[in-house]
Amino acid sequence: MLEIVQLSKRFGGLVVTNDVSFTVQSGSISALIGPNGAGKTTIFAQISGFHQPDGGDIRFEGQSIIGLTPERICLRGIARTFQIVQPFAGLNVRENIAVGAHLHRAGRRAALEHAESIAHRVGLGAQLDKPAAALTVAGRKRLELAKALSTDPKLLLLDEVMAGLNPAEIDEIIPIIRGIRQSGVTILLIEHVMRAVMNLSDHTWVLNNGRLIASGTPAQIATDPQVIEAYLGHGAAARMQAQRTGVHHA
Amino acid sequence: MRILIAILVFFLALLPLPLLIHSDFWITWLTLALFYAYLGQAWNLLGGYGGQFSFGHALFFGTGAYCTAVLQIQFGVNAWGGFVLAAVAAGIVGAGTGWLVFRYGLRGSYFALVTLAFAEVFRILANTFSFTGAGVGLLVPLQPGIAQMQFETKAGFFWLLLLLVVGCLLFTWWMQNARFGARLMAVRENEDAARALGVDPFSTKLLAITASGAIAGSAGAVYVQLFLYIDPNIAYGPAMSVEALLVPIIGGLGTIFGPVLGAFALHAIAEIGQLVFGEAPGLNLVLYGLLLVVMVLFLPNGLFGLGRVGFGSGALRRLFKRSAHA
Ligand SMILES: Nc1ncnc2c1ncn2[C@@H]1O[C@H](COP(=O)(O)OP(=O)(O)OP(=O)(O)O)[C@@H](O)[C@H]1O
Ligand SMILES: [Mg+2]
Repeated sequence: MLEIVQLSKRFGGLVVTNDVSFTVQSGSISALIGPNGAGKTTIFAQISGFHQPDGGDIRFEGQSIIGLTPERICLRGIARTFQIVQPFAGLNVRENIAVGAHLHRAGRRAALEHAESIAHRVGLGAQLDKPAAALTVAGRKRLELAKALSTDPKLLLLDEVMAGLNPAEIDEIIPIIRGIRQSGVTILLIEHVMRAVMNLSDHTWVLNNGRLIASGTPAQIATDPQVIEAYLGHGAAARMQAQRTGVHHA
Repeated sequence: MRILIAILVFFLALLPLPLLIHSDFWITWLTLALFYAYLGQAWNLLGGYGGQFSFGHALFFGTGAYCTAVLQIQFGVNAWGGFVLAAVAAGIVGAGTGWLVFRYGLRGSYFALVTLAFAEVFRILANTFSFTGAGVGLLVPLQPGIAQMQFETKAGFFWLLLLLVVGCLLFTWWMQNARFGARLMAVRENEDAARALGVDPFSTKLLAITASGAIAGSAGAVYVQLFLYIDPNIAYGPAMSVEALLVPIIGGLGTIFGPVLGAFALHAIAEIGQLVFGEAPGLNLVLYGLLLVVMVLFLPNGLFGLGRVGFGSGALRRLFKRSAHA
């Protein structure tokens, strides 16, 4: 459904996306993980049209979407959330979600009704009339999800919607995301919460310094020495291996 | 629904006033307050709902005023026809300005400065060309009667402006409940977030500045019939631009009734200022500057914000923050 082909992007001298290729299968939940500053958000920004790649191609449903504006890409069926949440602060929750609902609904009543049903789906049903600025962190993350969902996307890009949530809140949002996939939306998510990645994703890619270093099921990824090194530093895999064998011997 | 009733009540409350008040002074006072409300409504559309603070709405007002005056004097066009053409001409100027400014992504204080500069350019042009009467200005012939939008009694203008203001109230109410309004407010609140939801900020803002320009232009056409005179300073000078933006800022940005409330308040304050300090030239602008500072510091939601939390809450503060960062 989404093919990333040899994508590359530089900020000045810094190579942030380095020859990245991967394919997201229709109907799946995939995860993109990697240490801070690996370049995950920048890949989302290129898919959603906010940044122009320096090289490579992004194909959605067989067609290149390079050069399209963010609003055109959204119309094609790709919606994103922002890692740093971007609510319409002066509007209430219902009005926030209705903006996206209007993409495919001209009438106000239809848009508001759709917004309400989305709010109920993500657990914001009780806060429809609250100003967006008055929401808690967890509420804002849900609103971010609801706004993206309101555009009726085919592909949903979720950038760390669980960051800053407590374990109970994470437990609440995992089934919501699974429910969205069940309704037919393909999901690509960036996440640091490994429990959620393990729990949700069919396939995972690991990015480090702008480069893909591993790909597989979450279980395969978790034991990949290169991945462990990327997260924990040089030599970590060997130390862990030693520790593990140490435990076995004891 | 409550808002529609409020608009109806407003209309019915003001409608009989010319029959009840026999003082010319007060009818003129009310007429001018309605005129500034109308101009403020035009500004509010773009500034209050779209978050694009124009410091040069005289650009549109003046274009409408000159359009109708020139058409009437040089070509004998009827004042009502001139009114419509004034709106069209100012709408075109609005669209042109918007196309240039928004195409290059100018926002915040840059947008404000460009509109200010454009109004200045038009003022200089109007000063130069003979068909606009150059520095002398244009005198519109007195032709009393409804056929030329000049009324035999003071009440005529009052009713005309009341109708225009109520029309604008209804239009704003419609917009606030339409897809266009939702998109405009989304762009005001957060342009990137709006784009991510499929909103095209360029066309949204372009539409807003076109409508805002057209309404301000039609206000210019009414002004010409009311005062029968226009010159470059009245048409394109900063005074009109300042009135246009102060009225909704005082009343409540991005609210339906804000400009009406603001116009009456501003007009009352200006009147009191004149009583206290006399007719010193430029004093009005000093007073307005002070007012603006007070509003930004203490009442960023305008008078409307006193009663309840306004819609465009903090929009004013954010402009000044944004400008500082831009
Ligand atoms: N607009 C920009 N201009 C210059 N450098 C940027 C820009 N955006 C991001 N970067 C840099 O690009 C690198 C990758 O950033 P990115 O936000 O994509 O990382 P990330 O993987 O999402 O990290 P995190 O997990 O912390 O969100 C970082 O070094 C960052 O400082
Ligand atoms: Mg990131």
